[in-house]
Amino acid sequence: MADYDAIVVGAGLAGSTAAYCMAKAGLSVLLLERGDTAGVKNVTGGRLYGHSLEKVIPGFAQEAPVERKIVRERVSMMTEDSCFTADFHTPSRFDDASCASYTVLRAEFDAWLASKAEEAGCDLVSPAHADDLLRENGKIIGIKGGEDELTAEVVLLADGVNSLLGQKAGLKKELSPHHVAVGAKEILELPKGVINDRFGLNDGEGMANLFAGFPSAGMVGGGFLYTNKESLCLGLVITVADMSKSAVRLPDLLEKFREHPAVKPLVAGAKLVEYSAHLVPEGGLAMLPALSADNLLLLGDAAGLCMNLGYTVRGMDLAVASGHLAAQTVIEAKEKGDFSNNVLAGYKSRLEQSFVLKDMRTHKNAPHFIEHTPRMFSEYPALAADVFTQLFKVDGTPSRLMLKKALPLVSKVGFLNLIKDGLKGSRAL
Amino acid sequence: MNIEQKLSLNKFMVDEGNPHIVPHQDKMDQAAVNTLTVVCPAGLYTVDERGKLVFEVAGCLECGTCRVALAHLPGALEWNHPRASFGVMFRYG
Repeated sequence: MADYDAIVVGAGLAGSTAAYCMAKAGLSVLLLERGDTAGVKNVTGGRLYGHSLEKVIPGFAQEAPVERKIVRERVSMMTEDSCFTADFHTPSRFDDASCASYTVLRAEFDAWLASKAEEAGCDLVSPAHADDLLRENGKIIGIKGGEDELTAEVVLLADGVNSLLGQKAGLKKELSPHHVAVGAKEILELPKGVINDRFGLNDGEGMANLFAGFPSAGMVGGGFLYTNKESLCLGLVITVADMSKSAVRLPDLLEKFREHPAVKPLVAGAKLVEYSAHLVPEGGLAMLPALSADNLLLLGDAAGLCMNLGYTVRGMDLAVASGHLAAQTVIEAKEKGDFSNNVLAGYKSRLEQSFVLKDMRTHKNAPHFIEHTPRMFSEYPALAADVFTQLFKVDGTPSRLMLKKALPLVSKVGFLNLIKDGLKGSRAL
Repeated sequence: MNIEQKLSLNKFMVDEGNPHIVPHQDKMDQAAVNTLTVVCPAGLYTVDERGKLVFEVAGCLECGTCRVALAHLPGALEWNHPRASFGVMFRYG
């Protein structure tokens, strides 16, 4: 008789959601977290799209420690001395819980979700590190952590992007530098009222801003700025492949980004209180591992369930959904008394039928497009800056029609390139 | 603010004498050494005046970037998560 029906490794969003759902259904569940408390090893940019957690815990945002609800979406293209921003402000269109998104800070948010799993009846142990899977005659029967051995019918690996256990189990290969990006982030404290005034927000309302061009110094990646209740998240994400060849270190690029004339006034007077870094699995379907084996499931970032579309990045809503669907699969396995891959493979089918793999399939060409269109990170931000300079520069020299102003600038990049990238981009993103 | 000052704001519990990352320079070419010095977001890899790779484990943000950047060189890095209750503890994340 196993100690538990299920052992979940990692109390992030995927792991805690799975533990919550399984415990609620009456299964005996052990949730292991290597941090002192859930969330202390985790980092987000970041924004959580709430729809998938809403399905698990309806009305979660009423009780969960969310920071601000996003009402302002900004996408910027930056050169060294300019910033062109599209700013979409709507306090109403994304207000409904079915599509609302929130800034969150993981230390607090993950601890809350893990406590919900605990309330639902699962055993939460932290800090506890699972070193390896426990096998008997080749069959996975639990996990080993230090001197301890714990047994279960099924192990759910939700141990994050660096899932060493997923690799050991043979479900996934080593990460490729082309498939993951490294993010570095500062938490910058500012009073609530200052944030409201600076970004045109009311209490509880938030802004998300992604930046292309200057922040990544032309490399594949970009900058981000999110508003929390009383702090800002300012950071950079760049693929490990490009960073490996960079002449400038990531923290130095982040310094330059913060000192940019368009960013500096936004963060003026803010107090740096934390500096963090994390990997983001951005390879999409190309890096999709085997999601299940006998007595084993792979969830969230560990399974590479994440999408970078350039204008938005999604990982946490996929993680929550994967936890939910993994739990449904385990509940079915428990009913049937069969924890082999015959039943557990249903996890992948559930992901295929849900938005998770549907959306990743829809946007399957996004990673390739983003990585192979370097103009997005250099020429196009420069073009936007040049066009707007021409439009708004009034110095007494004879003016020209818009078309005449823009044509020579566009031809510098190449009409064909622009059309080609435009078509490819709109088909991939 | 330089990177050392930034890291000093974070909460760490250092596992003295038991580093979770051990680099082996003898299994690296010069390109790999250069990569380590540039990819680490905490700037923990440096090269001393004699060309020796120096790694400072205190301050590690546990991102795994060095691991992935050197994935093509088996044995160049021993990389593990810190033992339970050690390493970085993000207060915000």
